[in-house]
Amino acid sequence: MAIWFRHLLTDGLALRRPQLKELPFVLVMPVKNRIVITASSRLAEQQGAFTGMAAADARAAVPELVAIDDTPGKAAKLLRLLGLWCLRYTPIVAIDLPNGLILDISGCAHLWTDERGYLKEIVLKLRNAGFDARAAIADTPGAAWAVSRFAKISPIVAIGKQSQAIASLPPAALRLEPEILERLQKLGFRTIGPLLSMPAPTLRRRFGTTLLTRLDQALGKINEVLTPIVPPVPYVERLPCLEPVRTKVAIEIAIENLLSALCLRLQAEGKGLRKAILKCIRIDGRTVQASITTNRGSHSVSHLFKLFELQVAKIEPALGIELFVLEAAKVEDMETVQEQIWALDRGLADTALAELLDRVAGKVGAEAIQRYLPAEHYWPERSVKIAVSLTEEPQTAWPEQMRPIRLLNNPEAIEVMALVPDNPPKTFIYKGKRHSIIKADGPERIGREWWRDGGEHRDYFVVEDSEGQRYWVFRSGHYDGGDARWYLHGYFA
Amino acid sequence: MMAEAKRELIERLQKDILQWEGYRPPASDARNTLGLGSIEAAFPNGVFPVAAVHELVCGSAEQAAAGGGFVTGILSTLLKQGGVGVWIGRSRRLFAPALTVFGVLPHKVIFISLTKDKDALWVMEEALKCVGLTAVICEVGELDFKQSRRLQLAVEQSRVTGFVLRNDTQLNSTACAARWQIRSLPSADLNGLPGLGFLRWQVELLKVRNGQTGTWVLEWQQDHFVIVEETVMIEERQVG
Repeated sequence: MAIWFRHLLTDGLALRRPQLKELPFVLVMPVKNRIVITASSRLAEQQGAFTGMAAADARAAVPELVAIDDTPGKAAKLLRLLGLWCLRYTPIVAIDLPNGLILDISGCAHLWTDERGYLKEIVLKLRNAGFDARAAIADTPGAAWAVSRFAKISPIVAIGKQSQAIASLPPAALRLEPEILERLQKLGFRTIGPLLSMPAPTLRRRFGTTLLTRLDQALGKINEVLTPIVPPVPYVERLPCLEPVRTKVAIEIAIENLLSALCLRLQAEGKGLRKAILKCIRIDGRTVQASITTNRGSHSVSHLFKLFELQVAKIEPALGIELFVLEAAKVEDMETVQEQIWALDRGLADTALAELLDRVAGKVGAEAIQRYLPAEHYWPERSVKIAVSLTEEPQTAWPEQMRPIRLLNNPEAIEVMALVPDNPPKTFIYKGKRHSIIKADGPERIGREWWRDGGEHRDYFVVEDSEGQRYWVFRSGHYDGGDARWYLHGYFA
Repeated sequence: MMAEAKRELIERLQKDILQWEGYRPPASDARNTLGLGSIEAAFPNGVFPVAAVHELVCGSAEQAAAGGGFVTGILSTLLKQGGVGVWIGRSRRLFAPALTVFGVLPHKVIFISLTKDKDALWVMEEALKCVGLTAVICEVGELDFKQSRRLQLAVEQSRVTGFVLRNDTQLNSTACAARWQIRSLPSADLNGLPGLGFLRWQVELLKVRNGQTGTWVLEWQQDHFVIVEETVMIEERQVG
């Protein structure tokens, strides 16, 4: 179905400024040193001010004409709003610039008895709202477009009757460029009819491939792809409630019902859910959302329900929820795991572990969970990287050097006394406490990666104080450089 | 004669009580040791309780590090059969590459860093219920009796080993199977070589359910524990 808004911009403006309704007004925009009319209202058009005229010429014809500056991009915004409104009639609505909408109504019309009732309902609603709309229904978007704009007959094209419907229409109904239209005009093609009977190679040679494509699209020989304004979600479950739902238990029952329906479908298709969004539409018109993510695809109702259970507290029912929509925003193929009588140790690939981490992520946030892999850097702060997935294996071996079990996020400055400049320290003071050092290993020099950042190298020592506590201290830079500083960087076990 | 019969009776009763409390005597051929040597003898039936929660008292940052090292050493034997460990810590202080020294592959451990005790204990309880895990280590500030009881109950179902590194010095009673305190000790000279020797700790078993407390001096050499010195407090078990 194609909907044509004949005075889209002016109707939209008149809705916002009711005082304009009774006046002939136009939208104008400067084009090449002339002020040109880009859209004119119905009254203005009746009195002779058409789109494309210079504003000055139009004023001569209609003295009381009101001219308003046009803002580009307005049409797309208006069409989007209208398209969203049309979502109540069909899930797939596409914008057809500059002034139309295309709706895929397959399987929707019978809800309004038939196509005639469906069309009447939409057009009447739009006209009552103040938009001068015309619509047509056909098998193909191309034919519907042509009929809605140019036909003077019935707006409903019967199944398979596109060629008869468009035969008597002018070539402009084929959505062609002005140059081609001009050439067709010159050659005397007043209607599309003669074009239909001409051989394709002749048409291609004279008018290019565009004309053929448009013809085939109108006749349904080529598929035309619509870009829906709201992309349809393939896995979605809806649960309307007879009475608005307000209690926690009721919300939980609703979630469980939706999940079991969704999981049944996922299971049958061998898919696992990675991300789901629960939309609760309340009776005050607001929508509250809760979403969950999993580490690995899952179609287990009990597990997914547990994840949602943590989110239920965040759903505010207010006066009541009348519709629950559960969308699976991300699904992936799942390998089916055979259930075993003996619980074999599957290590990191264990489903129970993945489910545990999902729950933890739902409660405290996914960024708290980390798995580390070795990175090929000597600089301690860069020597580990965070694993992307649960099953990612290290590419290189872990380093063998002795490293402190607790590393301070930022090295902390200490006061140090050493016997000989390059020796390990004899004592150090950290947080007001003096540690006298009995044994030490080192130095281990770790240089900076000059291609990443500048600065001094570090000379690390493993030191043990008189109580047996072991620390990782380092001197930043050379002693004779004058600005050598000592830091504590970690604790050994 | 009478005294001997009485002793036998008491021994049998003690064994029964242990069994009722959930300590099964190990099958004689399948006895897994953790390489802790005579420390394991301090536990009921002479087996380190794997399906239990152990608490380690760590008063300072140094003690926390020592406790972490000791736990990692135990973890290395637990992880030898495969499996995964979870380490719940505070604000990303733990340095993963250090675990290699203790024979644990750091990528086999999942780190969860949290700031609140409440969250940490919630995550620990959930993790302890998860059968797929081998061990869960958690650093918390405080642990009260109720919380420790919940952890212990979770463990009894799943048979996961739990370690709680407590950061407070106030010692209230808990339901944990054992309470440890680990302190670092100066390392011994290695045949007159300069530098540091093996890591050495004083391991104190402050409290153990149905077992004997004691103090040991332990070293980590290459890939196993070595007991240097031991003092076991032999005391009569309080019955009733």
